[in-house]
Amino acid sequence: MMKTKIIELSAIALISVCFAATATAQSGKPFIHDPSTIMECDGKYYTFGTGGGGLISEDGWIWNSGAVRPGGGAAPDAMKIGDRYLIVYGATGGGLGGGHNGRILTMWNKTLDPQSPDFQYSEPILVAQSDGIEDNDAIDPGLLLDPNDGRLWCSYGTYFGFIRLIELDPQTGKRVEGNKAIDIAIDCEATDLEYRDGWYYLLGTHGTCCDGANSTYNIVVGRSRSVTGPYLDNMGRDMLRGGGKMVLSAGGRLIGPGHFGRLILEEGVEKMSCHYEADLDQSGRSVLGIRPLLWKDGWPVAGDIFREGTYEIESVRRGYALELTVDFIRMPGRMRGFRPDPDEPIISIPSQELADVIHTWPAGEIDVRIGDYMSRPHQQWTITAVPDAGGYLGGPYYRIVIAGTNRALAATADAEVITVPEFTGAPEQLWRIDQLTDGTYRIMPKVVPGSDENLVLVSVGDSTPSLGRFDMNSDNSKWNFRSH
Amino acid sequence: MSIKTKALLFGVGLLFLAGPVLHAQPERPFRQMDDPTKLDTVRSIAGYFTPAAKSKKSPDADGFIQRWLLLEPISKPNFTNTVFTDSYLRKAFDTLYFPDQFTILPKNGEKVRVGDNELTWHALDSKNFNVKLFRFAYGLHKQVYGVIFWAVTIVNSPEEVKNVRMAVGSNSASMWWLNGEEAVLLSGDRRMVMDDCVSPRLTLNKGKNIIRGVVINGPGMSDFCVRFLDENGEPVRNLTITGK
Repeated sequence: MMKTKIIELSAIALISVCFAATATAQSGKPFIHDPSTIMECDGKYYTFGTGGGGLISEDGWIWNSGAVRPGGGAAPDAMKIGDRYLIVYGATGGGLGGGHNGRILTMWNKTLDPQSPDFQYSEPILVAQSDGIEDNDAIDPGLLLDPNDGRLWCSYGTYFGFIRLIELDPQTGKRVEGNKAIDIAIDCEATDLEYRDGWYYLLGTHGTCCDGANSTYNIVVGRSRSVTGPYLDNMGRDMLRGGGKMVLSAGGRLIGPGHFGRLILEEGVEKMSCHYEADLDQSGRSVLGIRPLLWKDGWPVAGDIFREGTYEIESVRRGYALELTVDFIRMPGRMRGFRPDPDEPIISIPSQELADVIHTWPAGEIDVRIGDYMSRPHQQWTITAVPDAGGYLGGPYYRIVIAGTNRALAATADAEVITVPEFTGAPEQLWRIDQLTDGTYRIMPKVVPGSDENLVLVSVGDSTPSLGRFDMNSDNSKWNFRSH
Repeated sequence: MSIKTKALLFGVGLLFLAGPVLHAQPERPFRQMDDPTKLDTVRSIAGYFTPAAKSKKSPDADGFIQRWLLLEPISKPNFTNTVFTDSYLRKAFDTLYFPDQFTILPKNGEKVRVGDNELTWHALDSKNFNVKLFRFAYGLHKQVYGVIFWAVTIVNSPEEVKNVRMAVGSNSASMWWLNGEEAVLLSGDRRMVMDDCVSPRLTLNKGKNIIRGVVINGPGMSDFCVRFLDENGEPVRNLTITGK
């Protein structure tokens, strides 16, 4: 019996090691190039790409084709203004259509759901163009609605000369009368403007697109106190001189990120969208990517795609670790004295293993608490994605179990957390993991039984976990996953 | 999406049609990517360059050197800039395109023969901090993609200055020499970013110092910017640039 158990433990450990390297882009058929900023409309998510059309997702994790955008051309962007959606796109293709005679157009729709009776695009309006010779190619637009004054801005352009900035009328989508374009950057394309805490950010895609796994696309940023620039990088270099601080480059088997878009879900929870020029796990095709968006020292940085593995789950409140409420089992031996013999042979002492302690644990439900981390089995959690359980913007639902077992973390009807002896896939055993803008994590059950509230795992005391409302301004809501 | 895309697609097609094109002297000129538009009636470099004046010129406020002798582009088709590896560049730049290419101090209007083509040196002052080679070629009705540009200038220093670094940005790859010694190589698929690659510590001689550079590009706009940084990282401006 013990031998069987050891084999099972070894198999699970091996699976854990294999999973530790997994980091995927979106699920479904997320094939797209130059995606627009993701829009939510009536509970679904939409993004549009080059060539017309785009992707739809019910949950933000599984994406499939189905979005509808007329006009063809390249690299649209989208924004909700009031109760309408403004779509902006380049009617040409940055050279694909025979030169650099670019045209930027805008159009409105009351809904993005092509099945809705309200789905009707307005007539496109020309807002900018390039003549094919000048230092600009009018494609790749990005929109910003300035939260300070409600003015609507659009950046556009490619490597063919300058990135330019124009002002649009947020009521009509037309170019503001008399507005003259301003040059704000070179050496990038697919720009996007953002505002945060008194800074305007210009994100651009550097490198070369459209060469599969050899595409050198990466996303860089500069910032300015004025929407019209100058946009400087962290070294003070103007983006008009090629400046740009890295936001996201290739990683793992995802190559060539480009076409940044920002999604603010709530305070402290932001995502960025992009496409990868090549997902080596999906035939090297161009796919949609959604990652956490972090802000470090006032600069946007792409967060990590959560990697499955075995972790200490550390509460940011005090630094203690989530653990089973079970007896602490001492390891053999004691302190070797204050003045041990320096010539005594050095030996390696084995770690405490699950098999050493699991027989002391109750068989049924076991409570959880938070305690000082000691690298013990009751403190080590294996986190793996649950197939076919769906997900949310940027990730699948996970199961969180004690390493080497199926003992799973679960939410209870009285808004507490326990462990159940076997993971069943019940929704209260599924967990959403969001990396927050400061790099820490939020851990949220898919469902709290009997409740409609969105509660998260919190530390209500240094040693006591529970479920509560998320508060970005409290370390009670934040956790880290530490790999030792 | 950009010009690179179109050029890439065209280049792939060219590759299938013409076979490997990665040799020093192509058998036929690379096709212009930009079909002339209705506005493309009068081409000129006047928007980007002026003829180099006889008066001495200093670097601009940020130390960028704006006076150069530029050779009209040499055709060298490449369908992508990712081929510009270190070894590729050293081979490409070691190739002899014209006599005395590593020692020549050309004069404005001087001509050299490269293969079947006669190319002209132009002494120019850039109106920008960078030297827009694409506009130089385009304005002169020359090939703009799949090209090599040679550039030479002479900077005069009133005194010997040790521990300076040559700081270069180029689109795409390039290689630079100071007084005949290799200073810096910019390999790979590059865009022109100021201070992108910086040389080891160098010495500017009292008097003349010859800067020589070669820029290679497949698809996309070519340009470069060069300045010297002192040991504190500040631009070196106490120079005069004569071009001869």
